[in-house]
Amino acid sequence: MRVKQLSAFLENRPGRLLYLLNILAEAGINLIAHNIVDASDFGIVHLLVDEPEKALQVIRDAGLVCSLTEVLQVAIPDEPGAFVKRVLEPLAKAGVNIEYSYAYSAPSSKEARIVLKVDDLELGERTLQGALGGDAIEG
Amino acid sequence: MIWNPERETMSRSELEALQLELLREQVAWAYENVPFYRQAFRARGLVPKDIRSLEDLQKIPFTRKSDFRDNYPFGLLAVPRREVIRIHASSGTTGKPTVVAYTREDLETWKEVCARNLVAAGITDEDTVQIAMGYGLFTGGLGWHYAAEHIGAAVVPTSSGHTKRQIMLIQDFETTVFCCTPSYAIYLAEQAEEMGVDLRETKLRIGIHGAEPWSEGMRKEIARRLGVDPIDTYGLSEVMGPGVSGECTYHSGLHINEDHFLVEIIDPQTEEPLPYGEQGELVITTLTKKALPLLRYRTGDITRLDPAPCACGRTMMRMERVSGRTDDMLIVRGVNVFPSQIETVLLQVEGVQPHYVIIVDRERGALDDLEIWVEVSEDIFSDDIGRLRDLQRQAEFEIREMLGISARVKLVEPHSIERSMGKSKRVIDRRDVY
Repeated sequence: MRVKQLSAFLENRPGRLLYLLNILAEAGINLIAHNIVDASDFGIVHLLVDEPEKALQVIRDAGLVCSLTEVLQVAIPDEPGAFVKRVLEPLAKAGVNIEYSYAYSAPSSKEARIVLKVDDLELGERTLQGALGGDAIEG
Repeated sequence: MIWNPERETMSRSELEALQLELLREQVAWAYENVPFYRQAFRARGLVPKDIRSLEDLQKIPFTRKSDFRDNYPFGLLAVPRREVIRIHASSGTTGKPTVVAYTREDLETWKEVCARNLVAAGITDEDTVQIAMGYGLFTGGLGWHYAAEHIGAAVVPTSSGHTKRQIMLIQDFETTVFCCTPSYAIYLAEQAEEMGVDLRETKLRIGIHGAEPWSEGMRKEIARRLGVDPIDTYGLSEVMGPGVSGECTYHSGLHINEDHFLVEIIDPQTEEPLPYGEQGELVITTLTKKALPLLRYRTGDITRLDPAPCACGRTMMRMERVSGRTDDMLIVRGVNVFPSQIETVLLQVEGVQPHYVIIVDRERGALDDLEIWVEVSEDIFSDDIGRLRDLQRQAEFEIREMLGISARVKLVEPHSIERSMGKSKRVIDRRDVY
């Protein structure tokens, strides 16, 4: 359930995301999901990749600022209410705060995958394991 | 008209005799009352009576802005505190301001020298003078204020800002003279046009400007858009404030009040004096100051001198409009800004020494824009955008607290400053003013 996510700092102007993702493409690293949080003149790009450690190295070598953050990744059925009932309600009840989150669809399956950055990783993980049981995926 | 013809039209030989007499008094005053000067003289084996001619001035060591910081706040004063009746301050090279103090006699002198500049600009007791220079610790507002009253003009002490109100008062009070920084004059014109007010149709006729660098192009633009004769003035708080020199209506340089300020031009590298007409750093020795006598003060301002009499009848030497600085001091919206101050704030906020560059820009018709680009390093990077924004806002807040003017802090990628600006440049001044 815990996965390592990359966070990179980029200036908010044309061509910067291209520059970042090109570094990964050239290193043969596969991008699984990404999300951008922006604050007008700069942004942070969150990336899930198949080889996070290697990705961190190549991004830093290219002169960008990048770090690895542990986040939670869960799989839930792609149906109405699943996210609310299986993820949000249990976390809220346990008092776990979500700092940011994004979702993507797993290839050829009927499930959605959710990435969550939470303030209490241990508690968040335990809570979701309890709520999701066998649905929680390994990162 | 000439405010003090006896002094302002003296022959050079009479003036030099007066300067020598005053110089000897001022040197003795500084030596006897300021430990800083006594030590500096002793270190050179110098005593006041060694100063027998104006050339002997060169024996005296220089005073620098850093000496104000080292003697903060009152170490350079030559009088007991009870004789001080006014204290002003401007920003210093680091956190502590540069403090200047005045006795009653100093304020009289200040009023006199500023009055001469105002009269040389063509101002009379018929004028209404709106002073939009900052009142407060900054010397600009109060310096011109008392001088304008002294010559009998009606003073409207608006201080800086509140531009719409400034424009309304120019119309309603029939203001004839507007006193402000050159960049504010352009901003005023811009705002007036937006309000549908044509300043050329008001009673405005003279602009008194100074406190920041400007160009001939800006002078022409102010003349055209405000319908005024823009007058350049020069001063610095360490020496007095406004009143060191000012243009007459012939616009052929700024007449220096030489019976109060003895000037030299030196090569800032070799520190050797340069002849008239050569460009170099202006060095000022005060001749009549009581609270804060200054001997050979390095202004950091680049100019040249012309001792030839002027068509206006004044014999007081003229200096060219200041064409630059010898150090990295910036003047932004009339406020002195040193990169070292910004560095101090960033170090405090970020906890590490970041790579940064200071960018000053002046968009057409707008006030100076101060922007600080800070490279995001691994040390300050956070995956949480809120934390980065907080850093940004805190740095902006601290800079405003320290300088009194707002700046925009921009976070940029590592190495981007070097890439776009070239190596080790800390200041990019995009204003086309020198």
